[in-house]
Amino acid sequence: MEVDQLQRSFLEYTNSLFREGFLDGQFGQLQLLQDESNPEFVFEVVSLFFEDSERILNDLTLALDQQNVDFKKIDAHVHQFKGSSSSIGAQRVRNACIAFRNFCEGQNVEACRRCLQQVKQEYLLVKTKLEALLRLEQQILAAGGVIPMLDS
Amino acid sequence: MDLGMKPLTFTSSNASWKPGDGVSDQFPAGLRVLVVDDDPTCLRILEKMLKNCLYEVTTCNRAEIALNFLRDHRNGYDIVISDVHMPDMDGFKLLEHVGLEMDLPVIMMSADDSKSVVMKGVTHGACDYLIKPVRMEALKNIWQHVVRKKKHEWKEKDFEQSGSVDDDRHQKLADDVDYSSSANEGDWKNSKKRKDEEDEADERDDTSTLKKPRVVWSVELHQQFVTAVNQLGIDKAVPKKILELMNVPGLTRENVASHLQKYRLYLRRLSGVSHHPNGFSNSFIGPHDSPFGSMSSLNGVDLQALAASGQLPPQSLATFQAAALNRATTKNSLPLPLVDQRNVFSFDNPKLRFVEGQQQQNSNSKQVNNLLHGIPTNMDSRQLASLHQSAQSFGNMNMHVRSQSNSLLMPMVQPQSRTQNLNEVNVSQPVLDRNGVDNVRGSTLYFCFPSVACCRFLKPEQ
Repeated sequence: MEVDQLQRSFLEYTNSLFREGFLDGQFGQLQLLQDESNPEFVFEVVSLFFEDSERILNDLTLALDQQNVDFKKIDAHVHQFKGSSSSIGAQRVRNACIAFRNFCEGQNVEACRRCLQQVKQEYLLVKTKLEALLRLEQQILAAGGVIPMLDS
Repeated sequence: MDLGMKPLTFTSSNASWKPGDGVSDQFPAGLRVLVVDDDPTCLRILEKMLKNCLYEVTTCNRAEIALNFLRDHRNGYDIVISDVHMPDMDGFKLLEHVGLEMDLPVIMMSADDSKSVVMKGVTHGACDYLIKPVRMEALKNIWQHVVRKKKHEWKEKDFEQSGSVDDDRHQKLADDVDYSSSANEGDWKNSKKRKDEEDEADERDDTSTLKKPRVVWSVELHQQFVTAVNQLGIDKAVPKKILELMNVPGLTRENVASHLQKYRLYLRRLSGVSHHPNGFSNSFIGPHDSPFGSMSSLNGVDLQALAASGQLPPQSLATFQAAALNRATTKNSLPLPLVDQRNVFSFDNPKLRFVEGQQQQNSNSKQVNNLLHGIPTNMDSRQLASLHQSAQSFGNMNMHVRSQSNSLLMPMVQPQSRTQNLNEVNVSQPVLDRNGVDNVRGSTLYFCFPSVACCRFLKPEQ
């Protein structure tokens, strides 16, 4: 594939992710941080996010499976997930976390389990999309091009 | 990216950044930042952002490790940024420790933007609070907190030598009114110049270039000032008339004018609107050196009466009394300041802890805290005034300043690499160094105008 075709696809795809609310401005900040001294920065951060998220989601699943659910602990986990997802601009995940926290306050186990499902779903969605985006980036670089800057 | 910069050094001659050593041009580049956050994603992003600001970054994912590292590398860092929610230690606890032991500026950050948490940051003495996700712009200007703090320390040091600390407080008050004003306060060049002048001639006034003797606003002098102002009425109080009323030889109209300006800012801050000290009765209570009498009457303020009349919340009465009780245990017979109990009482002194038990973290005490921190509350201005006065009476006693442990005077140690990662896995845990805390036995707790933002806390003896 030609470089500019790849670049166009990349831009289109990124813009669609912004439009559909999967990503917000914070992701743009990450893109801006990527430079010659850290050419893989976005990839690195996103990978860290995936790793950390999976750990948190596991902890959450475990915590909600307990006989006596520790809502404080769950709230702490969700809060952390909210923080990390907002740091990379995963807007929908972040919003799902906010909703989750509200239900934590209500201390309703069933509702929390549903929230967890919701958060997991959003996470998997954004993960798929980010992986696709990063693959596009790799392709551009492999074809000798540079990653175009985002407007939004 | 290695700038190959010299470390910021402070020499004993004037404890300021020298103009000729190349550092000044590059500042704030090279600012040494310690970031503490258990979230690896955020930590990495912050690290990169800070590096892009040309700061020297050390990252850490555990508060305990960060604290130990700071203890082992005193004077190795200029500023600390810490997350609020961390598994091993509450971010506020870290804030307290850093404030007590190292007296570094600390910025809190969190995804939590609820007012109560932000307020907690304020009351614990954080110099700023960032909401996640943190943007580059927010980090670019953190250097102002370092400068501001250093500037205050210089002034304090200078004033201790001259025997009074009031002016310093007023100045800090004025500074703290506008946190983000880097125009005048944050201008390090200006402050450096100021420090030079203070050292050399001790003649120059703050910003003017007139040569006149520096006025030391002692407690008595300030008392006279306030009396005069109240007599005239705050709206009618003009420097000329105040000067006349005060009738102090050698005092100039300019001195009064600048003092009045600071005082006005202080009042505005207290009331949350422009100056309206409606409930102020005329004089400060009590002379500055008298020891406390009985527990119920502190310096002529009958606290129990105040409490009974509903003007003083019972919790604070308890705290006042407890403070009086504890007075005996502190070396300098100083009452423990009310403001920021948590800051004080997290100190590893079992005697002090006793008071903490009395203090409940409920909304009432919070109200008192808020009040004493100069933040507007629901109390009307009369209540505000009485509490203010009681608190003021604390402030007027015994305002000795121990000189800052000389972080300014020691050469800075530059960390080995530009970025260090002090994570749980990588670093061998240094022995917990408790010296900084244990040595604080005889330290002075002191007050300024009762507002926590300009209260300084324990200065460890070296």
